[in-house]
Amino acid sequence: MIGTFIVIGFILIAIFAPILAPYDPIKPNLPQRLKPPSSQHLFGTDQFGRDIFSRVIHGARIEVWIIFLVTVISGTIGTAIGITAGYFGGAVDEILMRITDIFLAFPRLILAMALSAMLGRGLTNAILAISLVEWTVVARLARAEAMKIKSQPYIEAVKAVGASNLRILLFHVLPMCLSPVLVQLTLRMGTIILTAAGLGFLGLGAQPPTPEWGAIVSDGRSYLVQQWWISTFPGLFIAVVVLGFNLLGDGIRDILDPRLRR
Amino acid sequence: MTRGSLVDISKLRVIFHTYRGTIKALNGVELWLNEEERLGVVGETGCGKSVTALSIMRLIEQPGEIIDGKIWFNGKDLLQLSEDEMDKVRGRQISMIFQEPIAALNPVFKVGFQIAETIAHSQNISINDAYTQVREALEMVGLDWQRTIDLYAHELSGGMAQRVMIAMALAVRPKLLIADEPTSALDVTIQAQILELLDKLVSVGKNAVILITHDLGIASEFCDRVAVMYAGNVIEVAPSQEIFNEPLHPYTKGLIDSIPVVGRAKELTGIAGVVPDLVDPPSGCRFHPRCKHAFERCNLELPELVQIKANHYVACHLYH
Amino acid sequence: MGILIDVKNLKKYFEIRRSLLSKPTYVRAVEDVTFQIPEGSIYAIVGESGSGKSTLGRTILRLIEPTSGTIIYNGQEITRLDNKRMIEYRRQMQIVQQDPYNSLHPRKLVKEIIGEGLKIHFKMRPDEIYLRIKEILEMVGLREEHMFRYPHEFSGGQRQRIAIARALVLRPKFLVLDEPTSALDVSVQARVLALLKELRERFSLTYMFITHNLAVVDYMATQVAVMYLGKIMELGSKDDIFQRAAHPYTLALLDCVPSVGTGRKIRSVPRGEIPNPAKPPSGCVFHTRCPKAQKICQEKEPEFYELSPGHFCKCHFCK
Repeated sequence: MIGTFIVIGFILIAIFAPILAPYDPIKPNLPQRLKPPSSQHLFGTDQFGRDIFSRVIHGARIEVWIIFLVTVISGTIGTAIGITAGYFGGAVDEILMRITDIFLAFPRLILAMALSAMLGRGLTNAILAISLVEWTVVARLARAEAMKIKSQPYIEAVKAVGASNLRILLFHVLPMCLSPVLVQLTLRMGTIILTAAGLGFLGLGAQPPTPEWGAIVSDGRSYLVQQWWISTFPGLFIAVVVLGFNLLGDGIRDILDPRLRR
Repeated sequence: MTRGSLVDISKLRVIFHTYRGTIKALNGVELWLNEEERLGVVGETGCGKSVTALSIMRLIEQPGEIIDGKIWFNGKDLLQLSEDEMDKVRGRQISMIFQEPIAALNPVFKVGFQIAETIAHSQNISINDAYTQVREALEMVGLDWQRTIDLYAHELSGGMAQRVMIAMALAVRPKLLIADEPTSALDVTIQAQILELLDKLVSVGKNAVILITHDLGIASEFCDRVAVMYAGNVIEVAPSQEIFNEPLHPYTKGLIDSIPVVGRAKELTGIAGVVPDLVDPPSGCRFHPRCKHAFERCNLELPELVQIKANHYVACHLYH
Repeated sequence: MGILIDVKNLKKYFEIRRSLLSKPTYVRAVEDVTFQIPEGSIYAIVGESGSGKSTLGRTILRLIEPTSGTIIYNGQEITRLDNKRMIEYRRQMQIVQQDPYNSLHPRKLVKEIIGEGLKIHFKMRPDEIYLRIKEILEMVGLREEHMFRYPHEFSGGQRQRIAIARALVLRPKFLVLDEPTSALDVSVQARVLALLKELRERFSLTYMFITHNLAVVDYMATQVAVMYLGKIMELGSKDDIFQRAAHPYTLALLDCVPSVGTGRKIRSVPRGEIPNPAKPPSGCVFHTRCPKAQKICQEKEPEFYELSPGHFCKCHFCK
């Protein structure tokens, strides 16, 4: 319940960011620099005099955009590879799953860092890098689902009717894999934000002056002792939204898995 | 008036609460049985035969609830007993075997230990003392005790596991054995072995048996009397030959006309319609929407189980 | 009457490996099976679990690839046809599976389930497909509006009718019925069996009826083959099996059937368990449980003796 509220709130903020934000998130306003939180600047201002509140609000848009793209890209790649491996089995499965294992052998954040360093700085490349890390989770899940579904009598029945492998895979196996994959992707959304923020913080993700949350936290790094508000507020937002996604994911999992229901 | 000297169930009503509504699973079940008697309870999926068995054991748990009725067993109403008192009945005076014997055994303990534990519980002795009786129990059901004692449930075949279950159930020398579809999951040759074994042991042990089955042939061969259930009611009870050769209730007739029998060529008619949804069961006699002989009264009034001839009871307005 | 299905020396072994390096063991699910199904017959395959009866049905339809042997359908060998050429035969050879609760795709409407085959095999307009589905639903005792429902909205018997409709909408000649009624209650079973009989007349179908229930065989079949541990032990016409059974296993099976309303019967129940199909006994596979077993039964596998025209038995002592 709480998770749903947080996530809905987060999305609403992203949608209505231009209305909610009192100031321009990017234009510097040097006379107002490094002001502490006040009624004028709810979360204070940064070293260029930009309103942190407005930047955080606009940052929500960036995060939603990242989540959306990463989910679509990693979901598509992961599902495609996973169901192919699971449905055909044998050598196809071995090859595809060993490739997946290689990706899984590295710690996620480090792999994402290496990939985005390789691809070059920038938001688009960061999204690509995160997607390339995230698809493995989806692939393993989709494979397990496909293996389970392909041995079901209703798939045999479709085969008996004369359907080709491709037809069975796309029209009969895939639809059954989608719902667990979607749950898993929801559960991963918090992690995606964390990874994106991590990359942003390290300067590998969104580039200034883009108000990405991780990048804002990073901006405030050198002022942390005196001007604590610059890093703290975006940091809090990251924490709350990640928590929200995790609670939501848990909730969805409980609903779909009756064994956990009380 | 008690009709059975060992068990007499009257007006038993059980409901289950589900998100779709309340399932009226048992709608006033009447069932009785004497010492050493064998009663078959037959019926199709959802008729309430297993729920009846679980009610006798008082194993109906949330979301189920026994809302009315009496279950007299050996002079006591089981529904009035405290949980502690019921514990002394369960597994001592009444024991039960199930359809899926492998699933009914605990997967993490060896077979020998599980039998010993059952015996220890029933006789209030230590498990070590109980072990001396395990050998006898396993040999009684025709298993090689030295080999079986150290096996786990998953290492047993279905037939062996059912033998172990029978050993456990009968080792406590119960007055009543409830067998819930004990052979439905087994192959025909193994089924015949198990029924033969059960027949022998129960005759020797003088146990009364309630055999729950969907197979009318098994009930006919194994039991003295057969009760037919439909949608939460016992609709006919008669001696087992009589019920097959002279059925009275239209449902029993339909059921018997549905069974293919080797060497008896006949057209199978089946019964039109489907089993009612017990969330919203038909009024009056629950069989009336599928009954060829239904008349106005069937829609209004639930027929009572009435004796028509010696030992032959039927719940149908056609005979009142 | 011609031969529709001619199976010669069919084998299907399943490989079992405990790990990548260990030596594989083989489960001989179908071991050297030869038999012919005449056109228009109801050919029953009877056996207990592990007899390979379901595997045999699936291998004939090439839902499972055979290890060796030949399958001839209507004069054409189909054992090694590639997927493209197999498609036409798939239309003619259909299956109805055992468990109606798992044999229908849970996320698809009845019209999609039944229409799938039509879309694959026929270039039909949507309105033609609709008519065909409606027509077949009515033939199996369902109604037009059932097209727009999901499988979970139906009872077991109705689901099995949908599965039958899915098979028959393609106008096949040959239908494998794999325990089509064993998951159903008797009153429902009776109606489904009656429907199957009626449809066979109407469409001049040939059935291969796989079951463990001899009473159902007696009711349905014209020919019977009895399988045990992957092998056919006895085959013949229905009367050969039910009146003149020669194999001890067939006799045991017949003896184990519960009688209805005629009191207890004395039977000779075969002793012991069904052996593990991965480790079948030597010689005659039934010798471990056979009341007549002699020394020769352990050593030598009996031949398939022809007792009378069309009645074969695999036992040293059946003559």
